[in-house]
Amino acid sequence: MGSPNTSILSEALGWLDEGREVALATVVQTWGSAPQPVGSQLLIDSDGNFLGSVSGGCVEGAVIAEAGEVMASGEAKLLEFGVEDETAWQVGLACGGTIRVYVEPLKAH
Amino acid sequence: MQRQVVEQLMSDRAERRPAAVLTWLASGEQRIIHAEDIAAMPELGEGLTEALRLDRSRVLEGADGDVFVHVFNPPLRMVVVGAVHTAQFLVPMATLADYDVTIIDPRTAFASEERFPNVNLVTEWPDQALAEFGLDTRTAFLALTHDPKIDDPALGVALASEAFYIGALGSKRTHAKRVERLVAQGISEQAIGRIHAPIGLNIGAVGPVEIAMSIMAEVTAVLRGKSGSGP
Repeated sequence: MGSPNTSILSEALGWLDEGREVALATVVQTWGSAPQPVGSQLLIDSDGNFLGSVSGGCVEGAVIAEAGEVMASGEAKLLEFGVEDETAWQVGLACGGTIRVYVEPLKAH
Repeated sequence: MQRQVVEQLMSDRAERRPAAVLTWLASGEQRIIHAEDIAAMPELGEGLTEALRLDRSRVLEGADGDVFVHVFNPPLRMVVVGAVHTAQFLVPMATLADYDVTIIDPRTAFASEERFPNVNLVTEWPDQALAEFGLDTRTAFLALTHDPKIDDPALGVALASEAFYIGALGSKRTHAKRVERLVAQGISEQAIGRIHAPIGLNIGAVGPVEIAMSIMAEVTAVLRGKSGSGP
């Protein structure tokens, strides 16, 4: 896997420069067969545009929805998705893993 | 996360300086740290050192709850002294494994674009070339020429550096002679002990392709905190 790519963060700076409201989601823990390694990041703006990945498609929808709230409130959130979790199945993390995703606002100042 | 944290990470990367962002998951408190800051954080110290060394982001238990350590290490590099046949097979393997590869060989017949397309080729003497290169903790160094005139001075520079891996091609007997020469140059035996020789994991490699595989396997093992075959 190597180092996390800083290209997502570099894109984030570009989005901030354009005056967009931005949140950053990061995989902080995984158990079982998680599709993306710890450190993977997803960049989201308030219009629902996104870049990167935290699960290869399984939970992105739910993370993007939560990111909207994070941007509105300015408060970070720690999300957990797993097979035991009904929501996780609904969002499609049926691959047998559990992941924790930290979603935080990216502040310009 | 503050914009200035992201900007700091970008400049650290440009300077090839390892960094980590620590996030206290309960409070959202965040700070960026570098190797020299670890000593001042005893409760996380060992875990932080290991996370940076193994390039493995992870959650650590701190006094104030869980801390996410997000490691931002500079990209990996590999410096190969010797534009030899084995290197021709090693370059594509290392490139696939995300290394930025540089080949150094003053012999232009060996170090030709035709033999080494799409790679940084430096046709200077390695001690000159390496003086400017800056071998660091994210760089693997390999001496593959078999020629003491080229390998020895290059190894001298590598042993004075923080390169995470130093390997030299040659049999046990060749290496024993090399050790004698390096000692005669005033290099300490402890420093010389960093050289992995004979280079590569012992997988019974036959021919340049398999030797390249065994070298790549050993470099990976050392990068990931396994012992490799020696020293």
